[in-house]
Amino acid sequence: MSTQCSRNDDTSWRKRIVVRDGAKPWWYLMAASLEPTTVMHAASGQLNARPRVEIPSGVGKAAWLFLAPALVLIFVFFFLPVLASLVLSATDFDIYAIADPGSTRFVGLKNYGKLLQTPEFWQALRNTFYFALVGGPLTIALSLATALLLNHKLVRFKGFFRTIYFIPFVTTLVAVSIVWRYLYHTRYGLFNYGLGFIGIGPIDWLGDPNWAMPAIILMAVWKSFGYNMLIFIAGLQAIPSELYDAAEIDGAGPVRRFFNVTLPLLGPTLLFVGVITMIGYFQLFAEPYVMTQGGPLRATTSVVLLMYEEGFRWWRMGYAAAIAFVLFIVILLATLLQFRLQKDRT
Amino acid sequence: MLLACSDVEAGDEVTLRLWAMGREGEVVSELIPAFEKEHPGINVEVQQIPWTAAHEKLLTAYVGEATPDIAMLGNTWVPEFVALNALAPLDDMVARSKELRRDDFFDGIWKTNVVDGKTYGVPWYVDTRLVYYRSDILARAGYREMPKTWAEWKTAMKRIKAQMSPTQYPMLMPTNEWPQLVGFALETGSPILKDGGRYGAFQDPKFREAFEFYLSFFREGLAPPVSSSQISNLFQEFERGNIAMYISGPWYIGEFRNRLDKSVQDKWMTAPMPGKDGPGAGMAGGSSLSLFAGSEHKEEAWKLIEYLSRPAVQLEFYRLTGDLPPRRSAWADTSLTNNVHARAFRDQLERVVPLPQVPEWEEIATTIYEHGERAIRGVATVDETLAGLDRDVDAMLEKRRYLLAQKDRGT
Repeated sequence: MSTQCSRNDDTSWRKRIVVRDGAKPWWYLMAASLEPTTVMHAASGQLNARPRVEIPSGVGKAAWLFLAPALVLIFVFFFLPVLASLVLSATDFDIYAIADPGSTRFVGLKNYGKLLQTPEFWQALRNTFYFALVGGPLTIALSLATALLLNHKLVRFKGFFRTIYFIPFVTTLVAVSIVWRYLYHTRYGLFNYGLGFIGIGPIDWLGDPNWAMPAIILMAVWKSFGYNMLIFIAGLQAIPSELYDAAEIDGAGPVRRFFNVTLPLLGPTLLFVGVITMIGYFQLFAEPYVMTQGGPLRATTSVVLLMYEEGFRWWRMGYAAAIAFVLFIVILLATLLQFRLQKDRT
Repeated sequence: MLLACSDVEAGDEVTLRLWAMGREGEVVSELIPAFEKEHPGINVEVQQIPWTAAHEKLLTAYVGEATPDIAMLGNTWVPEFVALNALAPLDDMVARSKELRRDDFFDGIWKTNVVDGKTYGVPWYVDTRLVYYRSDILARAGYREMPKTWAEWKTAMKRIKAQMSPTQYPMLMPTNEWPQLVGFALETGSPILKDGGRYGAFQDPKFREAFEFYLSFFREGLAPPVSSSQISNLFQEFERGNIAMYISGPWYIGEFRNRLDKSVQDKWMTAPMPGKDGPGAGMAGGSSLSLFAGSEHKEEAWKLIEYLSRPAVQLEFYRLTGDLPPRRSAWADTSLTNNVHARAFRDQLERVVPLPQVPEWEEIATTIYEHGERAIRGVATVDETLAGLDRDVDAMLEKRRYLLAQKDRGT
């Protein structure tokens, strides 16, 4: 193995990772025989430098045959329902239609038009963005911070702390929401009790339209940062310590090391966590459903909660399907944006 | 066990399926053996459904053609299931019945089961809202009993408020509940909806009067602007005197008796709703027993409804659940006349008014409190609120108007 480590030669360390991780003799041989770039792509999981291989005729049919069961399932349980709800979103299917399907009217894009004119929808969209854009980065920052702490050499009882921080993620959301409702209680809640000591007057956490969403964000961050933390820890552990040693020898301080070594190498992990967290947060539902029922003054009604109410409380299925599609488009755009941002950075 | 035995015995036995919700669903099984003894050919299978899942389960059962023979339905649900053509009309059976006399039932309650002139349910128990109050706090303000008119009621509350600390309130009306406001509207005689339930009637002077009365509780600091999810323990607040009055239904009699501390047990009472001038109107709530159109054993199912409606069986039901019976003859029994907290309900039941019978009612009710909440919090004026209510409710009733117009054209 090479002992010199130049920061400009990007591939040498990656080659070493592969060799080091797969510590088996045949893997040494294979890695040595391949081009460094191929190993690099193998290591980062992007095999776009795939060698061209001739596929014998007949294999194509066999491949389709093997894929068929999965494709049929995806078609029946994914594409068909999506298609059906797209059709549904162009009708006024409702409670009357359950009794007499003949009373359904085809309304074209009217549901979408009505949706875009309803202040409740825009408020729900605003609430959802508020939740995702404040809660998302907060969750990622907090989980990265705890991951860095837990990954530090000096920290002891790592397993213990990891478990502690992960517990909120595996507890039942509904039970947790009920407990947090008590914590937020204006008169008897633990938060206001604590704030009272530092002279801050009681906050009406769930009753004040301005505080209700921050209260929900706080709980959601607490609930979900443990999962992201675990993924970040895994990502951090995949960064070879030699890089830090080298950076240190070159005179980089802890902050510099974080921005020049940790963050770039965490790139794919960060993208994954970012996308998953964002998709999850755009689908905010259970927290407001249990804690505030969307109130006060609809300040915590999310798009999914609105969809649920329209669809399963009032049985306006057509309208609810339209909401679902708008949400789908919003999430799709947000995900594409995130991929684009990530691409620009690397 | 019962089922296992009967399967062996019988050739032409009938099994009835009865669905009931919540506590009633648990308890009704205890009333069934006596019925099965009376009617050896009929078995009853009771299925208990939690309230939260009941509406969805009934709808999915209807779509899947798996409805029971009889179900307990909240009486505001009856019009919705009638709109689905899910229920069988009962008028012929009621007319023929020897046991079940329509005029023995409280009129307002019976009417909740009548849609377009046909009866689709028999009231099983009644629910109306009235005032629970701390008699000692009222006495301290100089009142020996609950005032009977709106004006006196407000004066009493102001006197109570004057003796309280700033965080205590004479009244609690959670902002996310509609029965209080709707109850006031029934008292002013507001129809709530107009033109046969085709449009909202919220800008009507009668609804406005009720709405302004409702709003004044919050504007004058007599009730806190809080929703029910912000009140962690109502019983504690009532016990500590942080709240002196609360509007609720009969199930609170049992709750207050079980949950309030001994020290305040002789310090609370119930009173009929005060009215504009004299005793006020109440909302006709409760649950009914309905027969499903898909049932293959309607005659037998009707026998079960008759049995469960018998005064003696209803009293037994009252003893098991605390639910109040809908028949005047059942109320003559001492177990009810001796209950000091139930008396006010007997009085109120003579003055109950049904809610608008449209399938959209639940949604309309939710919109009413949501708009009300905006006015309470000062986000909207009274004019804006009432106009907004009419606009939103008219939009909800669009499909109903369309279908009614089609029906008119057809006939």
